[in-house]
Order: sequence, then structure tokens, then C-alpha cells
Amino acid sequence: MNGTKRAIPQPLPKLSTGIEGFDDLSRGGLPRNRTSLIVGGPGAGKTVFALQSLVNGIRRRQEAGIFVAFEEAPRQVIANGATFDWGLAALAKSKLFLLDACLSPTAIQSGEFDLVGMLAMLKAKKQEIGAEWIAFDGIDVLLTLLHDPVAEMREIYRLRDWLADNALTAIVTAKLDNGHSGAPHYGFMQFMADCVIRLERRLEHGVSTHRLGIAKYRGSDFAAGEFPVSFGPSGIEVGAAEPAEIRHEASIERLSSGFERLDAMLGGGLFRGSSTLITGVPGTSKTTLAGKFAEAACRRGERTLFVSFDEGAEPIARNLSSVGIQLKPHVKSGLLRMYSARTETISAEDHLLKIRALIREHRPRCMVIDPLTAIAKAGGLVAARAVANRLIYMIKDERVTVVITALNEGDDPQAESTDLQISSIADTWIHLSYLVRSGERNRALTIVKSRGTWHSNQVRELVLSATGPKLTDVYTAGGEVLMGTLRWEKEAEESARETRRYAEFDHKRRELQSAEAHTGAQIKALQLDLQRQQAELAMYSNDNEVRNTTTSDREEKLRKMRSADPAARAPGAAAAHARRRIAPDPEKKGGNGATQ
Amino acid sequence: MSRSRNPDKASGTAATTVVVMRLYIAGSAPNSIQAIANLEAICREHLKGIHKLEIVDILEQPQRAMADGVLVTPSLTKVSPLPAANVVGNLNDKNKVLLALGIKGKVA
Repeated sequence: MNGTKRAIPQPLPKLSTGIEGFDDLSRGGLPRNRTSLIVGGPGAGKTVFALQSLVNGIRRRQEAGIFVAFEEAPRQVIANGATFDWGLAALAKSKLFLLDACLSPTAIQSGEFDLVGMLAMLKAKKQEIGAEWIAFDGIDVLLTLLHDPVAEMREIYRLRDWLADNALTAIVTAKLDNGHSGAPHYGFMQFMADCVIRLERRLEHGVSTHRLGIAKYRGSDFAAGEFPVSFGPSGIEVGAAEPAEIRHEASIERLSSGFERLDAMLGGGLFRGSSTLITGVPGTSKTTLAGKFAEAACRRGERTLFVSFDEGAEPIARNLSSVGIQLKPHVKSGLLRMYSARTETISAEDHLLKIRALIREHRPRCMVIDPLTAIAKAGGLVAARAVANRLIYMIKDERVTVVITALNEGDDPQAESTDLQISSIADTWIHLSYLVRSGERNRALTIVKSRGTWHSNQVRELVLSATGPKLTDVYTAGGEVLMGTLRWEKEAEESARETRRYAEFDHKRRELQSAEAHTGAQIKALQLDLQRQQAELAMYSNDNEVRNTTTSDREEKLRKMRSADPAARAPGAAAAHARRRIAPDPEKKGGNGATQ
Repeated sequence: MSRSRNPDKASGTAATTVVVMRLYIAGSAPNSIQAIANLEAICREHLKGIHKLEIVDILEQPQRAMADGVLVTPSLTKVSPLPAANVVGNLNDKNKVLLALGIKGKVA
């Protein structure tokens, strides 16, 4: 469109190895019709990697393969391969050809030899069975017999040319101890191969762990770094980092946790396909909560898997039945699968594999892992962390609703972050704790987080009884959370106090009413009194006025009658004085009061 | 195709057993050519008239070589007398070849 032509990038053709995780790391598998080199120390899994790729090629795509065994006789290879579910013995009769390439120990060597004859034989075999794959297992064994670096190099080139001519997807394995190669041919082999994979076995905290890394991959992108490898029923599996993009379906279907109250606290229950983490110190009923979830799932008729570490399935079922959770009938019906494992003996990786195998076998819709923190016991915390993460993602990929319990050493939910660091992946996080007061330990349940849903912020008390566990409200009094008998006592006490308070109030009310009535009556009496006094006062002052007026009128009339001169009016002043005494002015009143 | 080289004559009387050998080679690869030359020299020198040699070219008969359990080339097998023996390589080390074939005391 913009005028410039761009060549469409052609992805390198690849053949999938079918090895769990590796095909993701290598973005599709090994380069088709090219050579891949696998190097590693003894017991690192080179032979298994090569053989497994061939077996998967046959089983999945009907691609025939040739396995050239330099180290072990085909008989041994088949016997070793029988420990995996490949059906190797049967394949070895049809699509898989094993060439015994072990030089007889009695063979005497005299002078130089080469691979021309062997390659001619292999070419014939390839045409006969139509092989797509070829594996040279332990080529170093043969090359070292040459006793000559120049000859080794020559044969490596010969092999490379032969592979190029024959359009075979090849896997060449060579022993190599910890990268510092004493073998001079190593450099040439790396050059010959388009893809170089390193396998390593090492001991971590007394547990043997395997690692895989892609050292080079011509013409292809790949995941750099070291990845854990584990051995499962189907061979090796690489703990590839999950695809960066997370594609989990988000269901809006709600499942019951087994507790109505808890469902209500979670805004209706757990989402289908979500992960729930239950943390708590030992004895906080994590297993009970998980067991209730499993039982509820079974009651809905959903296939369920219960994985427990360091505690047998039998004791768990028995213990749960003591609090009214019945798992055994569901085990019998086949709905529930219980699996218990010891943690110390195998690495976290192997647990992951086992759980994955169980999921694929039982196909559960709900599952419980109790407690996940146990996997950290064997093989180091870092590995366990990675495994815990992958496990949760894997379970989510399988769309299984999971409840995971995790043990806290301290009672602080935040302490969990120092442990497996799984709280951030879990969708819902429920924390169980103890409240110890007055010689009692009571269990408190809090929802720390719950993604995508409303949830209660309140603490609930988990009460266990033979009829089953249940959640009750906790009692808060004076800023304190009360539980157990303390709660009961407090409740009883509070109720008694309430009654008493009501009675007291009633009594007081009546008292006040009566007092009010009394005062009212008094007010009325006083008012009457007041009115009477006022009336009396009015009457009295009126009387006096009348009398004064009459007196002065009389004097006036008398004066008029006597025709007295104005100077004789002095008695008027005396009359005013008299009037003042009857109604004294305010200034004098205070003084009078004081003297009286 | 195999080339058989019979003993020149039955000159070796009953006193000596005939040594039956099979040499596997790969066409005209240098080591194979070398091996044929070395073996023929040994036969001339030590097994005149008392050996039977078959040369098998793997490029021509790969199935047979595989059936015989041959791996690298060149490779010499002593079929009889027993015990059977295998020598791999271009047979440059004559002493080792003689030892494997059970020819003693004739080393120069």
C-alpha cells in the first residue's frame, strides 16, 4: 500500500517434541531437518529428551524415527524407557528403530576408523522405514575412541553433511560436565548444530533438581534462561514460564464455598475457575474449610480432587467427619479423588507433575490442595515458589476451581508474603486466625481480598461442632472482638443489663412523671395564690387611691369654701408627702428593706 | 557384492587351521582402502595359503552389515577359528591385528 514491498518473514519450520513446556520455550520445537545438540552431565536427562521426542513424533504424527544408541544397548534403552508410559517396546517393533551402536568391549582398535559405513547403514534404514527423526545418543562415546581431535572434527563434519543431505530432524546428545568442556569436539558440535540445549542436574538442599536451558537457536526466537525440569510418567517436563499473556476465562458463575455465611460474605460465593487461598497458623481449621468446599462440590455432583501433603487421606476423612463433613461416600462413588503425598522425599517439581497427572486423569471441576506450603519443604524455597505459581496457573488453565491452604508460621496474614508469595495470584484470600482471651482460643475468619466481587469486611467466628462448622457473628464490645464463651457470656450479660436498664428507665420515667405532676400541682397552687395576692394588692391600692382622692378633694372644697389665699396651700405639700408614704419610690424601697 | 579370496592352494596341511575373516569397508573411503592394503600385507606375510577373507562393502550391502552388527568402518571380524575377534580401524597397528587373529611368534 505504501509502495514498499516487504518480504513476509518465513518462520523456521519446526517439529514439536511433545515435551511439556519445551515446545513453548523453543517456540514450537526443534528445527525441522536440522540438527539439535543436547549437552549435559551424566543423568541430566539427555537420553530421555531424545527418546521422548522420537516417541512423541511417532505417537502423535506417525513420524518414524531411528535411535542410535552409543552408550547403552537397545535392550537397556527399552527397559529404561518402560518406566514411562510410552509403550516403547511396542514402538520399537514398528516405527522406532534402535541401532545398537555400542562398540564391543572386546573389540580391538587398530588405527583410524570412520562413520562412513554406519551412515550408509542408517541411510538404508531411513529409506526402509521412512524415518523423519534420528537421534545419536552419546556420540561422545564413539568420538573419544578416535583418540584424535582432528579425526573427531572430521567425523563431526561428516555427520553434519550426512544429516544435511538426508533431510532428517536430528538430535545429537553428548556428555559434558558443567559446561567446562574437556572435549575438543564440543566447539565443533556446537557449530554443527542449529539448536543447542543444555541439561543439568544438581543438588539443591539435598534434593536432586534438573535444569534446562536453550543456549542457541539459529533463526529462531527462544526463551532465554534456565528452566526446571522434572520427570513424570510421560517423561521429562520443562517448567516453562507460562505464556506472558494470561488467557483465563472469567466466569460469572458462582460456586458455594460450603458455608452459606461465607458465600454471603463473598457476595454470593466463589467464581467458577477462581483460586482461593486460605492462610492461617496450625489448627485454625484451614483443612475443615477446604473439606467443606470439597464436600459441597461433591454434593453438586462435580468431580473433585483433594490433594493433601504430609497427612494421609484416611485420617483427613476421619477428622473431617468428626465435624460433620462426610467425604468417604464421595470417595466411594468415585466423584472424589484423594491423594496424599510426603513432601520431603521429592522435589516441588515432581509434585507439580504428579498433580498435573492427577488432574488429567481425574478431570476434576473443583480441587483442594492442603497445604500448598508443604512443597517448600523439599528442594528450596525459590523452586517451590516457581512451582506454586505454575501450579495455580496450570489449575486455572484447566478451569478448575481451587481452594489452596497455606500455613503461616506467625499469625500475621502479611507474613504470608515472605513465604510462597502466592497471595497475589489467588483471586480470593481468606485468613483464619486465633483470638486468645480468657483461657480460650477461638477461630476468626476474615476475607483479606476477593477479586471482582463485593465482600464483607467483618470478622466472623468459625464454630466447629459435630453437626458441622458454621460461621457466626462476632461480638464487638467496647472496641474488642469477643468470641466463644466470652461472647456468650458477654451476650448474656448484655441482655441482662438491657433488661435491667429498661426496668430502671421505666422506674425513673414514672418517678419523673410523678414529680412532674407534683410540680405542676404546686405551680397551679402557687399561681392561684399569686392571683389571689395580685387581686388583693390591686384591691388595696385602689382603695387607697380612692381614699386619697377623696381627702384632697375634700380639702380643696374646704379651701374653696373658706376662700383661703394661695399661701395657705402649704397643706397640699403635706398631702403629697402622705401619698408618697403609701406608695414608696424605688430608691427608698431598698433602704427600707434593709432596715426592716 | 562380496569378493572372496580363497587360499592360493591347499598348501597349508592339516597342521594349520584356516583363518576365516570378514572385512567390512565403506566404498573407497581412505580408511577402508588402507585397511584392505594392510590386511592383504598381513595375509601375505603371516597367513599365506591358510586364510579365507571376505570383503563386504557396506555401501553396497548395508542390510547385511547391520545384521552382522557392524558399526564403524573399516572393521575386521575373525569368524573362525574360535574365539571370534573384532578389530576396528584401518589396521595400521599390525601387532594388534596379529594378536586379535591369534597369530603369535611371527612378529618381526
